[in-house]
Amino acid sequence: MTPAMQNKEVLMQVRDFSLLYKTRLGPLSAVDHVTFDLYKGEIIGLVGESGCGKSTLGKALLRMAPPQAELTGQILFQGEDILQFDDRRLRDFRGRCVSMIFQDPMTSLNPVQRVDQHLVEAIQVHEPHTPAQAALERARSLIGRLGIQERRLRDYPHQLSGGMRQRVMIGLGLVLNANLIIADEATTSLDVIVEAKLLDQFRELRDELGITILMITHNIALVAEVADRIAVMYAGQMAELGSVYEVFDAPRHPYTQGLLASVPTISLNERTELFKMGGEPPNLTHPPQGCRFHPRCSQALPICSQREPELRPVNGGQLVHCWLYQNHESQGAS
Amino acid sequence: MNVQPVPQAQPADNLVEVRDVKKWFPVQQGVLDKLLAAGHQDYIHAVDGISFEIRRGEVFGLAGESGSGKSTTGRLVVRMETPTAGSIHFDGADISALEGEELRRLRRRMQIIYQDPMASLNPRMALGEAIGYGLKVHAPELGDAERHQRTIDMLEKVGLSPAQFFYGKFPHQISGGQRQRAVIARALITHPDLILADEPIAMADVSVRALLLDLMNQLKREFNLTYLFITHDLATAKYICDRIGIMYLGKLVEVAELRELYSHPLHPYTQALLAAVPVPNPHQRRTQAMPEGEIPNPIHPPAGCRFHPRCPLAAEPCAVEDPPLRALRPDHTVACHYAERFL
Repeated sequence: MTPAMQNKEVLMQVRDFSLLYKTRLGPLSAVDHVTFDLYKGEIIGLVGESGCGKSTLGKALLRMAPPQAELTGQILFQGEDILQFDDRRLRDFRGRCVSMIFQDPMTSLNPVQRVDQHLVEAIQVHEPHTPAQAALERARSLIGRLGIQERRLRDYPHQLSGGMRQRVMIGLGLVLNANLIIADEATTSLDVIVEAKLLDQFRELRDELGITILMITHNIALVAEVADRIAVMYAGQMAELGSVYEVFDAPRHPYTQGLLASVPTISLNERTELFKMGGEPPNLTHPPQGCRFHPRCSQALPICSQREPELRPVNGGQLVHCWLYQNHESQGAS
Repeated sequence: MNVQPVPQAQPADNLVEVRDVKKWFPVQQGVLDKLLAAGHQDYIHAVDGISFEIRRGEVFGLAGESGSGKSTTGRLVVRMETPTAGSIHFDGADISALEGEELRRLRRRMQIIYQDPMASLNPRMALGEAIGYGLKVHAPELGDAERHQRTIDMLEKVGLSPAQFFYGKFPHQISGGQRQRAVIARALITHPDLILADEPIAMADVSVRALLLDLMNQLKREFNLTYLFITHDLATAKYICDRIGIMYLGKLVEVAELRELYSHPLHPYTQALLAAVPVPNPHQRRTQAMPEGEIPNPIHPPAGCRFHPRCPLAAEPCAVEDPPLRALRPDHTVACHYAERFL
């Protein structure tokens, strides 16, 4: 257990949160009744396959959703529901409290603005009374901490390497003292060595500044490498949630079990065949009845196709959304 | 450890032999640059003198970071690029300078699978038509009925079953994994000897990856294929490659049988690359520090060993002398002045 886990000081609470996209084919349930907490100073990995809703959920934590989406439930940041914020409050929240970085930093940075201009602008937009010189000073001290040489402040984004661009993106959040970073596939386009160094940077930010990082990724090995906790999503729902030690040592949900068994590893002593999960994720305009995973599940019970399980702790450990660990006899299975 | 001479495989064992191949791309210049440069032309040293062979029936992997030249090497082998220098032999014949009709005939024997199946398939062509098209080009003597039958058989072989159903589908109507199966079917329809697979599963989700790797292994046996498998992902390479070469900035730094290379990496760069691969086990977190900096610009690559500015072992000779590939273990060559330290 890391220190972050013992304190368990809550930063964000997501309560029964759902997000429906209205599409021509009917409502699409992208995130379905998700409940979880983010603790201060933890790195939590949010994993799942394409289309499982992990990015939609990540963006929703900043209340970024297309206008045709319907958001229900609560997302409490330090006790306040961000779904109730007015525009001004929301903009302030996005700038100062949370920062999001994406896979391709080149599309997030302005190609005709230098690095220092990005940072100074970010400061002055949210703190309009800061003199330019003071803002630049802050940018300077921050950039060193992120492992970028000071002379790089005068560079344009195209002059930086992919790893440095991502560091600038992190810098844009930190310059306003954000305490939550949402990193959506932030290392996916980077080479392994650069990726490894960015993960080291995440660790440092957590340990030294107590920053909370939600790492959204399809690469489960990254989560094992750096995260304190892991959340596994399937078809818009939270399938399993627990410390990385609990979940990697003893995955409970059949989906998590399959997912972990299909991850390639470089270790030569391990199996030479990857597990092959049958089927495909469901169409979320018509999700399956009961547990959304039951059509692909090898351990499905009769009740699985009828009623949805709850996300409940198993043996005092991780939370699992599965009937195998819940009493279903009294639930009227036929 | 006994030092062996560079193993020379029997020529007949090698489907592809690459010798001292270079590929330099001229750097684009504006009018003003041209005037100021007064005739001087810079080059991107994408591939800068590499030699290796691909043995018949094996899966040869090429791995490295972006900009290492692995994709350019692949394109050279299938002659999508013409080498600036050096020679490429395919099945005993020198193909380095083939062009026109001869090159076109060679294409039947080497096919390519790319990363993004959506970009590889014509969105307005039904799968059956796209897959059968290779036969139209390379086997025009076949009648429509025969071509249709072969396409149907191939759809079944890659697991797009029932084939009649998939024959008329368009790329947007099927899943990503199915699209990549269609691309594989299209590559195999001309019965090639060599498949260049350039990051063929990098875009697929983990559960689909396992299925595609399985399919590629199975088809390799069935059709007696040889693969040149290009990847940035050493974990994936483990499940398909027999031998693997590690590239860095246009050079091959190490070549060996896969298990040999993973268990005894001799080049400091290979060691860093292997250490950087995240392991899906929180009890085995990486503790090694990563090399300084990032892969440098291939227009003015460092003199001597290209890895020396980032190398923890670098000493004087490294900045001056480019280390050649040396065989330090059986069937294992490495380009480092100090690789003996890791024997």
